[in-house]
Amino acid sequence: MTLSRGTKAVLAVLAFIAFSFIYIPLGVILINSFSADKGLGWPPSGLTTQWWAKAIENDGVREALWTSIWVAAVATLVALVLGTLLSLALGRYRFFGRESISLVVVLPIALPGIVTGIALNNVFTTFLGGLTIYTLIIGHATFCIVVVYNNALARIRRLGGSVEEASADLGANAWQTFTRVTFPLMRSALVAGGVLAFGLSFDEIIVTTFTAGPGITTLPIWIYQNLFRPNQAPIVNVVAAALVIISILPIYIAQKLSSDDDRGAGVM
Amino acid sequence: MASVIIRARGLTRRFGDVVAVDGVNLDVLEGEFLTLLGPSGSGKTTVLRMIAGFERPDAGSVEIGGVDVTGVPPYGRDVNTVFQDYALFPHMSVLKNIEYGLKVKKVPRAERTERARAALASVRLEGYGDRAPSQLSGGQRQRVALARALVNRPRVLLLDEPLGALDLKLREQMQVELKEIQREVGITFVFVTHDQDEALTMSDRIVVFNEGRIAQLGTPLEVYEHPATAFVAGFVGTSNLLAGEAAAAVLGRPGTWSVRPEKIRVVGRDASVEPGCHAVRGTVREVVYVGMSTRFVVDLEVGGTLMAVEQNSDAANSGGHLRGEPVLLTWRTEHEYEVQN
Repeated sequence: MTLSRGTKAVLAVLAFIAFSFIYIPLGVILINSFSADKGLGWPPSGLTTQWWAKAIENDGVREALWTSIWVAAVATLVALVLGTLLSLALGRYRFFGRESISLVVVLPIALPGIVTGIALNNVFTTFLGGLTIYTLIIGHATFCIVVVYNNALARIRRLGGSVEEASADLGANAWQTFTRVTFPLMRSALVAGGVLAFGLSFDEIIVTTFTAGPGITTLPIWIYQNLFRPNQAPIVNVVAAALVIISILPIYIAQKLSSDDDRGAGVM
Repeated sequence: MASVIIRARGLTRRFGDVVAVDGVNLDVLEGEFLTLLGPSGSGKTTVLRMIAGFERPDAGSVEIGGVDVTGVPPYGRDVNTVFQDYALFPHMSVLKNIEYGLKVKKVPRAERTERARAALASVRLEGYGDRAPSQLSGGQRQRVALARALVNRPRVLLLDEPLGALDLKLREQMQVELKEIQREVGITFVFVTHDQDEALTMSDRIVVFNEGRIAQLGTPLEVYEHPATAFVAGFVGTSNLLAGEAAAAVLGRPGTWSVRPEKIRVVGRDASVEPGCHAVRGTVREVVYVGMSTRFVVDLEVGGTLMAVEQNSDAANSGGHLRGEPVLLTWRTEHEYEVQN
C-alpha cells in the first residue's frame, strides 16, 4: 500500500503524539529521580544521585524488592511447570473437554484482576486459614500460567508432530523424545513465556493487594504506600525509574528470543 | 523365493466415519523394493504408518520378521522411516541428526561417529556433517533423512513420499540414486507414492491402493500391461477404455477393456487391417506434440474416446494426421485386456 505524502505526514504526527503521551512521563520520572528538589517540582533545580543512594540503603525498598523477586520467581517456576504440561496435553492430544480446559486456563488473564483478587481472597481467608506469602504466589501463578501456556502452545503447534515421530521411529522412548527433541525445541518459547510471566508478576498490584499476607510488601505495594508521604517522594521516584529500566529488559529478551527462532531454527 | 519380512493381515483403520484402510492383507518380501501406489486418501500412507507404529490398527495385525508387533510402539520396531517433510531435528547438526538413532540405542561414541560418517558418505554428503539442516537444500535434506534412517541398519526402510517436495529433475535423479542405494545396502524398501512413473521405474513390485483396499499387486510390467481393474488402468498410465456398446461393437464382446495408447496405431481410413488386429473408425479430435512422441485423441464413431501415442521417430511429425481427419485405429488383439469395473 502506498500512502500520499500528506497522509504520511499526518500519520507521523499522530504517532509522535501517541508515543509522546506514553514515553514523556516515563522520561520525567527518570529525570526526577535525579532531581535535587525534595518535591516533584518541574523543572528540577539541579541534578544529584543522592536519592538513588538513599533508595538503595532504604530497608523498606530492599525488603520489598526481595519479596517481589521471590514471589515472581516462584510464581514463574510454578507457571513454567504447569503451563508446559498443559500445553503438551492440549497441543498433542485430542480428548473430551479439551476446548473447555483451554478456555478455563486462559480466562484468568481476561478476568478483571479485582475479581480474581476478591475470589482468591475469599477462598484463602474462609477455607484455607488466611493469607501468607504462598497465597500471594498462588494468586500470581494464576495469570503467569497463561502467558507460559500460550507461548508453549504456539510453539508446539508450529513444531508439528513429525520430529517427535521421527525420534520415536529412531528408537527413542517418550522420555528420551521429550528431553532430546521436544524440550530443546520448546526452550526458547518457554524462556520467553517465563520472562513475560516474571515481568507480569513483578509489577502486579491488584491481585497482590487481595492475596498477600499481613506485612508482606512487594515493590509496587511499597510504592503505593509511600507515594503520598512527602519525605519519601524522591525515593519513590527512584524506585519507579528503576522499575522502568528493569521492566524493559524482560520484554527485550522475550522479543529477541522469539525473533531469533523465526530466523534460525525453523522447523524442517 | 524370498521370505516374508512384513506380514499384514486384515489391517483396518477408521478415522471417524471414514474407513481409511479396509482389511488389507499384504506380504512384503525380504530385500524387495515394494511401492504402495494410490491417489491421496487411498490408505497407502496409513498402511505405512501402521507398519511403522505411528497408527494403531482398529483391527488386524502386523508382523515384522515373524514377530507380532501390532501393539509395539515405534521405538520397539526394527524399521525406520524417511518422512515426507524429512522431519530433521532443526536444533542438531547434520551429523548429530544421523547419530541420533545410535545414540538413543547407546552405541559407543567412536562407533557411532564412524557409522554416521559412513552413512553421510553413502549419500554423497561428506563434509556437510557440521551444517545445520536449515543450511541445506531440499535434495540434501532428503539425503540426510535417508542417511539418518539407514545408519540404524533397519530390517525394513519405510519411505513416505520422500521425493514429493523435490522438483522434477532432482526427483528423477533421486529415483535412480534411491534404487542404487537400495541395491547396495540390500534392505527391504517400502515406498509410498502417488506418482505412477516413480512407482513403475523404481519398484520390484507395486501395490495399487484404492479406497482403502488393494486394487492390484504385481510387478510394474504386470500392473501396467495387465491392469486388473478400470481404476488401475486409469491410475497407472492413461485411462484408455472401451466399454459397453463400443466394446460390443468393436470387439464383439461386452465388458470393459483396456488398450494402452502406445499399442494403438493411427492409420488412414483406407488402410488394410492386418490379421490378428482389431480396428475402429474415428475422427481425430486433438493432436498434441510432446517432443518424443505425439498424442492423438480420437473420437470413435461407436461412441467413446481413445488415445493413441506414436513415437516421433522421423524428423517430421509421425503419420502427419491432422485435427478433424477421419482415421482408423488398430491394435493387436493380445494388447486388449478385460478389466473389472
